[in-house]
Amino acid sequence: MIANLVTATRSSGAPLTADSKHLLDVDSLSPEQVHSLGSRAVEFRQLRASQPFKSDSLRGGSIYTLFFENSTRTRVSFEHAGKALGADVINIAASTSSVNKGESLLNTVLTLDAMGIDALIVRHPHSGAPHFIARHVNAVVINAGDGAHGHPTQALLDVLTLQDHLGNLKGAKLALIGDILHSRVARSDIISFRKMGVEIAVAGPPTLLPQGWTPGPNSLGIPGTEVTVHETVEDAIRDADAIMCLRLQLERQTSGLLPDVNEYSRVWGINAERLALASPGAPVMHPGPMNEGLEISTDIAHGSLSLVENQVENGLVMRMAVLEHFCAPTREVP
Amino acid sequence: MKQQRPIVIRNGRVIDPSQGIDAIADIVLMDGLVIGIDSPGATQLSNDWSEFDASDKIVAPGFIDLHTHLRTPGQEWKEDPKTASEAAVRGGFTTICAMPNTYPAQDNASVVGELTQRCASESDVRIRPIGAITKGRKGHELAPMHELADAGVVGLSDDGDPVMSPHMMRQALTYSSDLGLPIINHAEDRGLVADWDMNEGAVATHLGLRGIPNSAESMMIARDIELARITGGRLHVPHVSTAESVEIIRRAKSESINVTAEVTPHHLALTEEWVYGERGNVPMVLHANAYDSNAKMAPPLRSEDDRVALIKGLEDGTIDAIGTDHAPHADTDKVCTFTEAANGIIGLETALPLTVGIAAINLNLVIERLTVGPRAILGDGTIGTLKPGAKADVIIIDPDAVWHVDRTTLGSKSHNTPLFASNAKGRVLATFVAGGKIWDADGYGASDA
Repeated sequence: MIANLVTATRSSGAPLTADSKHLLDVDSLSPEQVHSLGSRAVEFRQLRASQPFKSDSLRGGSIYTLFFENSTRTRVSFEHAGKALGADVINIAASTSSVNKGESLLNTVLTLDAMGIDALIVRHPHSGAPHFIARHVNAVVINAGDGAHGHPTQALLDVLTLQDHLGNLKGAKLALIGDILHSRVARSDIISFRKMGVEIAVAGPPTLLPQGWTPGPNSLGIPGTEVTVHETVEDAIRDADAIMCLRLQLERQTSGLLPDVNEYSRVWGINAERLALASPGAPVMHPGPMNEGLEISTDIAHGSLSLVENQVENGLVMRMAVLEHFCAPTREVP
Repeated sequence: MKQQRPIVIRNGRVIDPSQGIDAIADIVLMDGLVIGIDSPGATQLSNDWSEFDASDKIVAPGFIDLHTHLRTPGQEWKEDPKTASEAAVRGGFTTICAMPNTYPAQDNASVVGELTQRCASESDVRIRPIGAITKGRKGHELAPMHELADAGVVGLSDDGDPVMSPHMMRQALTYSSDLGLPIINHAEDRGLVADWDMNEGAVATHLGLRGIPNSAESMMIARDIELARITGGRLHVPHVSTAESVEIIRRAKSESINVTAEVTPHHLALTEEWVYGERGNVPMVLHANAYDSNAKMAPPLRSEDDRVALIKGLEDGTIDAIGTDHAPHADTDKVCTFTEAANGIIGLETALPLTVGIAAINLNLVIERLTVGPRAILGDGTIGTLKPGAKADVIIIDPDAVWHVDRTTLGSKSHNTPLFASNAKGRVLATFVAGGKIWDADGYGASDA
């Protein structure tokens, strides 16, 4: 079953020279590096398409996933990616670890680091948790989603998915719809798509936009993160080349930010009528998990313009590219 | 307090805003009191006197801190009277007011009495207790304010926790009005934002942290001022952090409402960008040192516009005093995610580096707001001045001296400051309390005494 054991040599793309040892967010990657990771991911995708794929590029390496939040696609695709590259992958769910006995985050990661691991893939509900961990461990830290701050591998796979569909992204217009305020995907997507020259049009309930964002130009506060906020979802979608529909957290209703989810669906939901305003053939993406029928209608979610399943496949191959780049063994494998 | 031989501090530039003095002079300390300020060399030395040369240095009254978290009783692993005293003398503070958010809270005479006793035996500086406004600092029932006043408290505060109920706040201002004690209310409307990490704005948006707007502070200050207006009670606003708050207090003072205000050194010197962990710079790429929990406190570091407005308020007298909000925390409270981290930073030892070193505020003004300002609020004419007959609490300062902030230089049990492991400009070289030299930096002046 094991094929392609030695064929996984890099054949295209600029050399990867990330200046940071960790992947804390996409901001540390240059546009060339984003391209290069994308090219590598496409190679992995092609290798997987022809026959079962297994490489030994990370053989002898040990990768731990440490998840303090629930996850299906991110955790599983990291695990799958690490195993496909020959690494030993161990999954730690905080809910079944000594965190439940009151062990602090610091002592948890110091304990794991003392096992001599190569990489720690972390998801945590607090923004900046990966940065904190990176200050204290020797292992490479890969951010798999931190609070409302970042989700770099999601942003990389989103760029790749749209690139697959549109080709060159420069000058393309992406509509980013929904809860920007609480969304780590929104922040990382804004940084990564802007890096690739994409114009971003935003719409969402004013209570779910960052404080101070009003219709017109806004940003995350640093250069290269400019977006245009529109008053209506129709204005944002009009002539867009693609749509990114964000997940609505259902607790936004009980915390007083929304009257009810039905009103959200009626005013901001992505449906066929609204999609018709976009450029012909404009695809729809969603980072998942979807509230199908709420922020996105069923016919769109599973229709011909949906890239949701492409995102999932690209999530796997992009995480292979990321792990290969960031977790290449520094020790000699015997 | 240590009793020592009479001391002459010679040739220093004496800055005493209480008397409008800024001149080279000698000052004489005897029997725990200041007995005179003379022209240089004018004082004749008796045999048993000691002499202290302060040439090229600043001599000033010991600083008074209206806002110190002593962590005693109940959290002595963070600070105790001895280490708070060590921190105070290194920062030039000879009187510190202890906030009541201890375990148990300072809400009755026996708790206050025990603390006062411990402080007298364990510390070298004057520690003045502040009592709670409400029982257990819970905001539901008034604390026994007369009992607390008899026990010697110098103010009343539920600090850390605002008095959220307007009814309770009104009764507190009314009931205390004939005690002469200020009601010190931590102004933060938790009905607006219950859970937050930092100032609301671009930095919070970038970092994905939960923000709290300026209005959470200013609307509660506005409420408290309206309550002071109708009750005639005495309101003191601690750690003012926003431009709007300064403006509201300025207007209240112009209407002769009985309100005073204080600002921290860190709000005068630092802004929300310090959360990036790059000493106030905005990094284009977030590295591992971002989300600096030593830049987390309540109220949070605000914007540059707010910082400038605070300095303006300090200059025009809207803000009466600088109070450090010295808030020691152990590593377990700070070496964690930003969201988990406790609010607060140590402040006694960095007051001068922040205000004079980083914010570059006029030294005379800083001394005034650390002596004359707080002494007026405390109503104690014997401290914060070098007038003959005053307590001989004196400090010697070099505003240009650079020192390294680390575990060896800090006196506090905790070291949670964004200046940790960096150089700080502005140093206290020697501190005298009641006429005795309690501390000197690197043996400064040791050969004289």
